[in-house]
Amino acid sequence: MPLESVACPDCDLLQTIPPLAQGHRAVCARCRCPLAKRPTGSPDLPLALAIATAIALVIANTLPLMDLHVVGRSASTTIPGGAYEMWTQGQRMVGVLVAFCAVMAPATYISLMLALLLAARRAVVPHWAGETLRWIGHLQVWSMLEVVMLGVLVALTKIAQLARVDPGIGMYAFGAAILLIPAITTNFDKRTLWQKVEWSDGKVPRVSPALRATK
Amino acid sequence: MERRESTASVSGPACNKVKSAALTAARLRLVSCESCHLLLRAASADEPGFCLRCGEKLEVRRRGSIATSWALASAAAICYVPANLLPVLNTITPQGSDDDTIMGGVIFLYTSGSWPLALMVLVASVMIPLGKLVSIVYLLITVQSGSFKSGRERTRLYRIVVFIGRWSMLDVFVDTFTVALVQLQPLMSVTPGPGVLFFAAVVVLTMLAAEAFDPRLIWDAQTPLEDAHD
Repeated sequence: MPLESVACPDCDLLQTIPPLAQGHRAVCARCRCPLAKRPTGSPDLPLALAIATAIALVIANTLPLMDLHVVGRSASTTIPGGAYEMWTQGQRMVGVLVAFCAVMAPATYISLMLALLLAARRAVVPHWAGETLRWIGHLQVWSMLEVVMLGVLVALTKIAQLARVDPGIGMYAFGAAILLIPAITTNFDKRTLWQKVEWSDGKVPRVSPALRATK
Repeated sequence: MERRESTASVSGPACNKVKSAALTAARLRLVSCESCHLLLRAASADEPGFCLRCGEKLEVRRRGSIATSWALASAAAICYVPANLLPVLNTITPQGSDDDTIMGGVIFLYTSGSWPLALMVLVASVMIPLGKLVSIVYLLITVQSGSFKSGRERTRLYRIVVFIGRWSMLDVFVDTFTVALVQLQPLMSVTPGPGVLFFAAVVVLTMLAAEAFDPRLIWDAQTPLEDAHD
């Protein structure tokens, strides 16, 4: 593989990424921004993890997160149920925001990731995979499952003062999804994938094309 | 311990005098795609075009970075006041109704014996949003005054602000699931208050302000975009 020239995304310094051993990463010489990494696991590991995450997410979103019991009455909620309740109780904007950060963004993220990882198994990765990877980057910031989980736990502790609260199956699936998502990111090497992506002109260049014109 | 991190090698003359005249992409009229990090020659400084590989719009520096970031941070600062003064939750019991602000929720958690959770909510809902606002304003002021000191520390501060931003959503989710679960009319029910909307706005606006800010501006003071000699 030819040495690749990059400009640091955080400070714009031009530098070359050295050959990396497994499990090592390269950081910017000036601002220490992580520039590249080489994961240890097999290339198929992210795909396996993504499939597991997709299953966990479906369960987490459909089955109740927790059940509440108080003097003979009970109530339960799911993640989309929480967002829906915000909507019906008059805080529509907040309901939409919660639905986006807790349900839509993670679901879209994992669907795109599955499509991308399946496409990445080909020798020449089709151009749409590049577009997909670009959208994944934008979505990642807004997918807040781990924050939602902490929020649910705090809410649970608050309510536990007033009533008996039992975690449901959804909660365990939710916990699994939270552990799996960072595992996908650490085992997935974006740079190698980008090097195999077909360009908009249908070619896959072998060398760093620093000096090509954009028009 | 094995060192698992290597520093990328700096090309050309920048090697020995990184501080004075580091070779940046912008100085060579190259532009790095923000999405796939491909280095391309910019068609022109104002209109660099689109990335050939991934199709992202190319920008030498994020367009209107400082103005957009200032606008979003100011809007967030304005929303921060009602977010903390207006009630986020309203508890209705047969005995009457009770309003809770964010600080009220923290005090409730503390007095009910779970001080670690109280501390967590205090940090996530009060200190992080405020710290983020102060940090963004500090970064904007130092960039605008052309400061070239402690670039590495300021870049690290920027990365922390970006990384930590999402955690302030904590209180929004706590309120959502409290409301969703405690619907036991006529015994007890909880409804969201107007403070939630302002609080969510603070979080989203500060996240967008951090995204609008371009960290490369921190370094432009020590490596001017155009070489003075050419």
